[in-house]
Amino acid sequence: MSDDTKQIIAEKLTVGYGDNILLKEINFNVNKHDIFVIMGGSGCGKSSLLRVLTGLVPPISGKIFINGKNFTGTNQQQKKQIMQDSGILYQSGALFSSMTLAENVALPLQLYRDYTDEQIKELVSLKLALVGLAGFEEYYPSEISGGMKKRAGLARALALDPEIVYFDEPSAGLDPISSKLLDDLILDINHSLGTTIVIVTHELASIFAIGNNSIFLDGTSKSIVGQGNPVEMLKNPPNETVYQFLTRGKQKDAQKTK
Amino acid sequence: MNEDLKYEINKDLLKITLSGDYLLYDNQKQKSALYDVAKNSAINKIAIDAKNLGQWDSTLVVILFELIKIADFRKINIEPKSFPQGLSSLINLAFAVNRNPPSPEQKSSFSLEAIGAWGYDIYKSFCKGLAFIGQSIKAFGKVIIGKSQMRGIDFSFALEACSLNALPIVSLISFMVGLILAFVGAVQLSSFGAQIYVASLVTIGMTRIMGAIMTGIIMAGRTGASYAAAIGTMQVNEEIDALKTMGINPVDFLVTPRMLALVVTMPILTMWSDIMGMLGGGFVGVTMLGIPIQKYYEMSVNAISLNNFLVGIFHGFVFGIVIAVCGCYYGIYCGRNADSVGVSTTKAVVSAIIWMIVMTGIITVICQELEI
Repeated sequence: MSDDTKQIIAEKLTVGYGDNILLKEINFNVNKHDIFVIMGGSGCGKSSLLRVLTGLVPPISGKIFINGKNFTGTNQQQKKQIMQDSGILYQSGALFSSMTLAENVALPLQLYRDYTDEQIKELVSLKLALVGLAGFEEYYPSEISGGMKKRAGLARALALDPEIVYFDEPSAGLDPISSKLLDDLILDINHSLGTTIVIVTHELASIFAIGNNSIFLDGTSKSIVGQGNPVEMLKNPPNETVYQFLTRGKQKDAQKTK
Repeated sequence: MNEDLKYEINKDLLKITLSGDYLLYDNQKQKSALYDVAKNSAINKIAIDAKNLGQWDSTLVVILFELIKIADFRKINIEPKSFPQGLSSLINLAFAVNRNPPSPEQKSSFSLEAIGAWGYDIYKSFCKGLAFIGQSIKAFGKVIIGKSQMRGIDFSFALEACSLNALPIVSLISFMVGLILAFVGAVQLSSFGAQIYVASLVTIGMTRIMGAIMTGIIMAGRTGASYAAAIGTMQVNEEIDALKTMGINPVDFLVTPRMLALVVTMPILTMWSDIMGMLGGGFVGVTMLGIPIQKYYEMSVNAISLNNFLVGIFHGFVFGIVIAVCGCYYGIYCGRNADSVGVSTTKAVVSAIIWMIVMTGIITVICQELEI
């Protein structure tokens, strides 16, 4: 697997838990520098797919290649190496509550880089400043708002300058303004650092604002029923479900008869 | 004033007339009678006339909902007449989505399959427990060879939490236990003038086992529960997922400092508990039984044997491992909702206490065999 433009390749990936198969033999690629959106209705397996992509649970079958390296068929040590090139922002931010924001962001740096304390401190300040949290170094997660927690989580995800950042429903629980600010931040990171972004979301505004490539998962057929740029997908929807999803439930046929 | 449900059967037609108000309708007898008629009589049509219907609420909707379901099941016609718009809409809404959820798996309460499943669950839990103990031992090994991802600061915090912060409660309970032991002993011993031996009774009792058991129970309820709740909450908040995806081993990072702290502090706390228990006994002996303080001290010192003392400390060490393993195990394997944190915490405390009793039994038998 040595296609330089492809950052992630999923081959015949079957995702599920035990006998409960959520997605069956799906194939997709994420190109370098893409903002790749994984969308679909509730319960279709979006978050489970993200857990498989991030190595938290193994797939039932199939392969994932990240930067050409087999991620699924490798040992724990190599998996750890591959994961150091990616960062993850969880729905809740998943900040360690017993640590300050600076300590949260510093943790991966302390573990995986041979930097001095001074260098780490400077890097932490920079990462927090990048997400608009300059000056909040000594705050604890319980002392900041939900949107700020997500920003701090993003700063931690960016700590090791990863090539890929995964987002699990970044807009969940945020007001429209905070949600828009987070979208802008994702775009900035993608443009300025060239980071590949993989987002699981069903927030339409975000999908159209930032996504340049996407897959649409269908829980009934357990497969990908739409693939490509979300705006293009709206113009030429592959089926009624995708159209209804992208238009908040409008009937495609009813639209035509108007 | 609520009207009652009026219905009549006319040949093969069940005619229901809704007139007046149906608010908080609660005539269960009349409802059941109507359902019985709809289910069992030889009808092929149900007509519901709501022409004179006044005010109504969900208690009427639920009756109509049930009737429609019965009619559907019996495949008979149902004819609503003059239904208010709101009532029709609500009924339509109730039937709008019919997902037909899968019927829950039928499990026989007592069958060979159920026994097998139960046995397999126990086997899996046992394997999971053994795997966790194995991971913990490996994590300790990494600490010894200096390759652990454990942070010193986390160990310091855990150490403070289960030593300094635990001292007041351990002191109080141990003092009270010593006091109770002395009282109970004094009742019997004083009847034949041997109350001076209260000092020996309390000293031997506390140093041999009571100090360790009381410390263990306090620490299981205090620290073991806090470990399960803290790590369980981290599981709920996806913090453990975050650790794993950062390539950090949660056992190294979360379990090792806590376990290490408890294993180090439990023997020391046990010693402290022994002292506090003896002081409690001394308080009763000196102030209530009239034993001179010097005499009580001498009797206590004479009663301390190295064997008893070391057996007590060893109990404390073992209990430390038991409490830490139970607390961290149930925290790490906690579910992903708030309720499971409570369940994990309860299980951590209960299993720690059970395992402490089991370990006490094992140690006692071994000591008996070795004549310690």
